[in-house]
Amino acid sequence: MSRIEACFQALKAQGKKALIPYVTAGDPHPSITVPLMHQMVEAGASIIELGVPFSDPMADGPTIQLAHERSLVHNTSLTDILAMVQTFRQTNQTTPVVLMGYLNPIEIMGYEAFAQAAQAAGVDGVLTVDLPPEEGKEVLPLFKAHGLDPIFLVAPTTPAHRMQAIAEAASGFVYYVSLKGVTGANTLDTAEVAARLAKMREYTDLPLGVGFGIKDAATAAAVGQVADAVVVGSALIKQVEATPEDHTTIIKNISGLLASMRSALDA
Amino acid sequence: MKFSEFNWNALPDATGHFGAYGGRFIAETLMEPIYQLEQAYSSLKADPAFQAEFDRDLKHYVGRPSPLYFAERLTRELGGAKIFLKREDLNHTGAHKINNTIGQAILAKHMGKTRIIAETGAGQHGVASATIAARLGLECVVYMGAEDVKRQAPNVFRMKLLGATVVPVHSGSKTLKDALNEAMRDWVTNVDNTFYIIGTVAGPHPYPAMVRDFQSVIGREARQQILEQDGRLPDALVACVGGGSNAIGLFHPFLADESVAIYGVEAAGSGISTGKHAAPLTAGKSGVLHGNRTYLMEDDNGQIIETHSISAGLDYPGVGPEHSWLKDLGRAQYVAVTDAQAMEGFHTLTRKEGIIPALESSHAMAYVMELAPKMAKDQSIIMCLSGRGDKDINTIARLEGITL
Ligand SMILES: Cc1ncc(COP(=O)(O)O)c(C=O)c1O
Repeated sequence: MSRIEACFQALKAQGKKALIPYVTAGDPHPSITVPLMHQMVEAGASIIELGVPFSDPMADGPTIQLAHERSLVHNTSLTDILAMVQTFRQTNQTTPVVLMGYLNPIEIMGYEAFAQAAQAAGVDGVLTVDLPPEEGKEVLPLFKAHGLDPIFLVAPTTPAHRMQAIAEAASGFVYYVSLKGVTGANTLDTAEVAARLAKMREYTDLPLGVGFGIKDAATAAAVGQVADAVVVGSALIKQVEATPEDHTTIIKNISGLLASMRSALDA
Repeated sequence: MKFSEFNWNALPDATGHFGAYGGRFIAETLMEPIYQLEQAYSSLKADPAFQAEFDRDLKHYVGRPSPLYFAERLTRELGGAKIFLKREDLNHTGAHKINNTIGQAILAKHMGKTRIIAETGAGQHGVASATIAARLGLECVVYMGAEDVKRQAPNVFRMKLLGATVVPVHSGSKTLKDALNEAMRDWVTNVDNTFYIIGTVAGPHPYPAMVRDFQSVIGREARQQILEQDGRLPDALVACVGGGSNAIGLFHPFLADESVAIYGVEAAGSGISTGKHAAPLTAGKSGVLHGNRTYLMEDDNGQIIETHSISAGLDYPGVGPEHSWLKDLGRAQYVAVTDAQAMEGFHTLTRKEGIIPALESSHAMAYVMELAPKMAKDQSIIMCLSGRGDKDINTIARLEGITL
């Protein structure tokens, strides 16, 4: 059983929802990432989504764009990030790690080389924002062959027939983007989200996560009512933005926000 | 492969690929809208009423056909092949960009979109989009790198006069690629009412094919005009390549003419060896950016490298996927000229023919100056004079230490 599957099974047995924080690896400095990952697990993270920075993050809003820029100041590479995951794995063998980013850094490393290295490092899933299933005929089988779950986004614009195609290509979990727009956008309509998740549920038994627009304990709890997993990104990264020089405070604030979401989800 | 027997209209394939290049590498939110666009375009493309409307606008609003001008004095000075200039600079708004914006705006209207967005580098595509928006009464927002807002000030003012909102983009290198990123973000957010008019043959399928189709009027006219004026096909075609729309527009109708050599001219900036350039086909490698796979300027980690060119319209790290394919196939050759050479091309055309070219087009001119003398006097070259240089006079004055 994959780590992601085991994680959702365990949560289900406890009647809990998954909490999935997103942080950009290497933001604001590569040295913070592994300790931050451990602290996020302490604070109640179920799965960690680690952003791979890209020079041109077309699908991200200003908050995550700036996170990518801060990380790239240090030339944080995909190889560096795999090394971070490997270090994290030395003391944590259970929390799944999903890499989220754009195709080009993977393409330049080589699909096969990446899949091997990611598996060896202990990566569990890969979410490639600009790789729809249609373009994944070559790379997706390689991911699966190396035990990497391909995670896909489903959007408010996704029609039923695409939901089905995505369900067929996906494993691990499916990530519903609650809004049209880039990461970090506002407002979220829980009833609408619930209706869309129900539609997606017709095509898959995989856990359904929801992200975009979750910024505090209240929104997390609301989404937790209807989804299997709650993904939070920009709200955490704002904590990095607030005190980029002070790693202790960043870790404390991110953990604090996550812990409040965890207890709201569990209440 | 025999170029004369190949079906050049068969690509892109049904999934938008030119061999390994092209495709649809975009976020899920945009996938369905891009399929809708593709569908709307392919039904309109087959509709004679649409073609008639497009042709009518090109004739009466843009002023087509644009002349094919025999540059006699320049030909004599260079002492080789006859040089013919395809005068896209004489189009309404001063560049080839308007051909494409007319086509896409008709499509936008047909799809019931009320708002158009565009990215722009030199500002020519922004001006063309603002122009067509004014004419059709559509809201228009143009994204432009903050660096380009500075160096193309006259065009920024033109866009504002036309009623468009110009949004300076401060992220990344503050040039064309960042404007494209920002336009994509707008589109993903406002996709219900918004049509994104991409200004070149890049982006996800169907943009590279659609923009090529709209710009191919350049080559179709030129082919007919040269046969009328010179009685034979040209021996070479030369066009500058930013994203590659004026180039593909000229090249495409000649691809099956095996005897016609094809040269795309990229911006070598300070020189290819300095690394400060914008020549992905000359010095880049394959990767994925802005919705398609193509040659890119990227580092070993797959991060996009900042480009450098005197010309805002060529200052782009990627290129349309069809050019990548034509390069690998050997049907077209891609060369690069430096900022300094482009300046020489600019002054030469201005002084010898009384035509002030855009800095983008000056790159093509510079290569013609290299190529023509090596060819025989009975041979001919068609160069795409993609735009006029009024927008660049501030840049040129500054480079030459002149205060206006
Ligand atoms: C006059 C002119 N020529 C050429 C270009 C480059 O674009 P493309 O390569 O798509 O023709 C531009 C772009 O702004 C332009 O304004």
